[in-house]
Amino acid sequence: MQRRGFLAGLAAFLAPILGLPFRRARADGPPEQAGGAPPHAAGKPAGKPRRFGMAIQVDRCIGCTRCMDACKAENNVPKEPFFFRTWVEQYTIKTDGELVVRSLKTGNGKPSESVPEREIMRSFFVPKLCNQCDHPPCVQVCPVGATFRSPEGVVLVDEERCIGCRYCIQACPYGARYLHPDTKTADKCTFCYHRTTRDLLPACVEVCPTSARIFGDLDNVASPLTRFKRMKKIHTLKPDLNTEPKVLYSDLDGVVR
Amino acid sequence: MKSLLFRPVPEQITRLSLAFALLASGVFLVRAHAIPQTWLDREYHVKSTLEREANRPRRFAGAQACTECHEDQVKEKAEGNHRTLACETCHGAAGKHVEDPTETKLFAPRLRDYCVLCHAYDPSRPTGFPQINPALHNPLKPCIECHKPHAPVPPETPKECAACHGEIERTKAVSSHAALACTACHDAPDAHKVTPRLVRPTKPQNREFCGKCHGPKSEEKKAPRVDLAAHGERYLCWQCHYPHLPEGK
Ligand code: HEC
Ligand code: HEC
Ligand code: HEC
Ligand code: HEC
Ligand code: HEC
Ligand code: HEC
Ligand code: HEC
Ligand code: HEC
Repeated sequence: MQRRGFLAGLAAFLAPILGLPFRRARADGPPEQAGGAPPHAAGKPAGKPRRFGMAIQVDRCIGCTRCMDACKAENNVPKEPFFFRTWVEQYTIKTDGELVVRSLKTGNGKPSESVPEREIMRSFFVPKLCNQCDHPPCVQVCPVGATFRSPEGVVLVDEERCIGCRYCIQACPYGARYLHPDTKTADKCTFCYHRTTRDLLPACVEVCPTSARIFGDLDNVASPLTRFKRMKKIHTLKPDLNTEPKVLYSDLDGVVR
Repeated sequence: MKSLLFRPVPEQITRLSLAFALLASGVFLVRAHAIPQTWLDREYHVKSTLEREANRPRRFAGAQACTECHEDQVKEKAEGNHRTLACETCHGAAGKHVEDPTETKLFAPRLRDYCVLCHAYDPSRPTGFPQINPALHNPLKPCIECHKPHAPVPPETPKECAACHGEIERTKAVSSHAALACTACHDAPDAHKVTPRLVRPTKPQNREFCGKCHGPKSEEKKAPRVDLAAHGERYLCWQCHYPHLPEGK
């Protein structure tokens, strides 16, 4: 009787352990192969998937926060002012050298309150979002393989797999992920996957009034994005981490992190 | 002494390995059959996520969507200073409106607070971007009274007149007649700009002139109406109202 109880316990204990290695082993494979053809490719001739990327012209951003509002509307991001898939930071370098960084709130119309104007040496806005890294630290740390790179290079979260452990949120060097309060899973920018796979622009790019954001296929030979890459000196955020971001910045001040 | 190998296997080991074999095959069976393949199959789970993401509802209709029905506005905007703005930047997500325009009406930002989101002066904004100080720039009036939202320009202010009539120009710019061109009331021949004292522009001559806009039959919607027969009837209008800064109170 005692022995049988022990065996039952042992079985219950071992089953998941035996199950796990299978899953992990496969999760390590390159997603491009595992993923196969993306759903939208059905209508198109099978070929090399596009490689999505975004360019941000810092010197054009006017901090109007239209992108933040549009993103929330398009992607069911909660209204609360601390959940964002994309956001805009206001950098102010004061005449005494101090750096003040502030995230804009949506729809308040008057971004500047923080620093009196005569103390400002230089000030500008920097739009931010998930960098869709080619070497994403968030994907590496996920214990259940719920986050992966799509064939287009977009880092996605499987909300049915995600267990809400927040490792990825900690691991992201850009602070681009948050825990969605309704689904209790990690949520992040998808480059508006549901739009871009249908040749629409991401919502934030769509509404940007000054074309500060450019979206496109990084491998395309003739596109605004390619032109941008050729004509501008390109920066990425935290290049020393070797995350290989696919969000490219121009006219980026050295103080931006 | 017999070698270890040939000793009969002890009873308890046989049983234990039997139990273990059973357990292992049990686990194997559960994994192979009871657990749905989709739980373990990475290919499936990537595919289903891609599909789920790709099929999320789209709320913004995109830049091309309006042309079909609002050609006028699209054309007007394409040639104006707001050509880089999307329709949906101001009117909001229009996916539903495109599907059924009468069912879902779009919002139009007619008040000052919306324009100010982009145009209020801010030291962080790129220099050169047109900015105003909302507290000083024609306060209290909706921006769209002076600027067409789809093709905004600083309202027509013939600079040539301002060059010499700067004070009148500046006075008029803050008056309720700001939107009227000088030429709405003065016929100014080009020669006037060269020999101003010799060639003089016309000036309104009679009460009926102002009555065109302020009389009961006027087609000017914004202009307040007065009864010409009874309102200051013995005088010319500009004996009481300075035409470049008319006050009604
Ligand atoms: C299928 C035709 C159709 C398309 C496409 C369409 N509209 Fe309309 N729109 C209409 C009609 C019809 C009305 C008038 C509705 C009414 O007054 O009942 C209208 C009215 C409007 C109004 C006026 C609302 C008001 O308060 O006066 C706005 C603004 C507008 N549309 C914006 C847009 C934008 C922006 C798009 C593109 C994203 C768009 N529409 C696409 C048919 C269309
Ligand atoms: C700068 C913001 C802005 C943009 C960009 C914009 N609109 Fe408008 N739109 C307005 C405002 C403000 C009104 C209200 C005008 C009024 O009441 O006189 C309006 C009114 C309208 C109307 C109602 C009819 C009219 O002309 O008054 C339609 C239709 C419309 N817009 C369609 C469009 C379309 C289509 C586009 C894109 C080509 C567009 N709008 C872009 C601000 C904008
Ligand atoms: C989402 C941002 C945005 C909003 C909202 C917006 N504008 Fe603009 N506006 C722009 C941009 C961008 C330009 C072009 C600036 C340039 O050419 O560098 C512009 C240009 C203008 C100009 C021309 C200024 C010049 O000297 O060339 C006027 C006037 C203007 N807007 C008025 C308005 C009015 C009135 C509204 C409200 C109905 C409005 N804007 C709403 C972004 C906006
Ligand atoms: C009474 C009419 C009137 C109203 C109302 C008005 N403006 Fe103007 N606006 C003008 C005139 C006149 C000019 C050109 C002279 C000047 O620069 O002041 C102008 C110029 C501008 C410019 C160009 C400035 C530049 O440096 O190129 C912008 C931008 C502008 N207005 C935006 C707005 C906005 C936004 C509102 C609403 C908050 C608004 N205007 C309300 C009359 C008006
Ligand atoms: C080269 C400078 C110059 C320019 C440009 C100019 N004016 Fe004049 N204008 C004058 C002078 C000088 C007078 C005469 C003032 C006087 O006699 O006291 C005058 C007189 C007038 C008068 C009064 C005529 C009268 O009989 O009392 C009107 C009305 C007038 N200008 C309108 C305009 C208009 C409208 C424009 C633009 C289309 C314009 N002016 C451009 C210099 C100029
Ligand atoms: C609403 C119509 C109206 C508009 C718009 C208008 N004026 Fe006049 N203006 C008049 C009238 C009426 C007089 C005649 C006043 C008088 O005879 O005492 C006048 C007189 C003048 C005079 C003669 C000197 C004076 O101050 O009486 C000048 C100069 C003049 N206008 C220039 C201009 C200029 C320049 C503009 C554009 C910036 C302009 N006006 C716009 C109605 C107008
Ligand atoms: C082309 C049409 C037009 C003409 C001509 C015209 N006005 Fe006006 N006037 C207007 C409009 C439009 C307004 C209202 C502007 C607003 O309140 O936005 C107005 C406003 C006024 C007001 C009311 C100001 C207030 O604060 O309530 C007076 C007074 C006035 N005009 C007097 C005159 C006189 C005097 C003349 C003749 C020299 C004249 N107008 C000619 C269009 C016109
Ligand atoms: C005897 C002086 C006098 C004369 C002449 C005169 N007005 Fe007035 N007007 C006034 C006064 C005072 C007011 C403000 C009190 C009122 O509403 O009656 C006024 C108000 C107005 C208003 C504003 C009405 C409103 O509802 O806001 C307009 C428009 C106007 N006048 C136009 C004219 C026109 C056009 C003429 C020429 C046909 C004219 N006035 C002639 C004295 C005069």
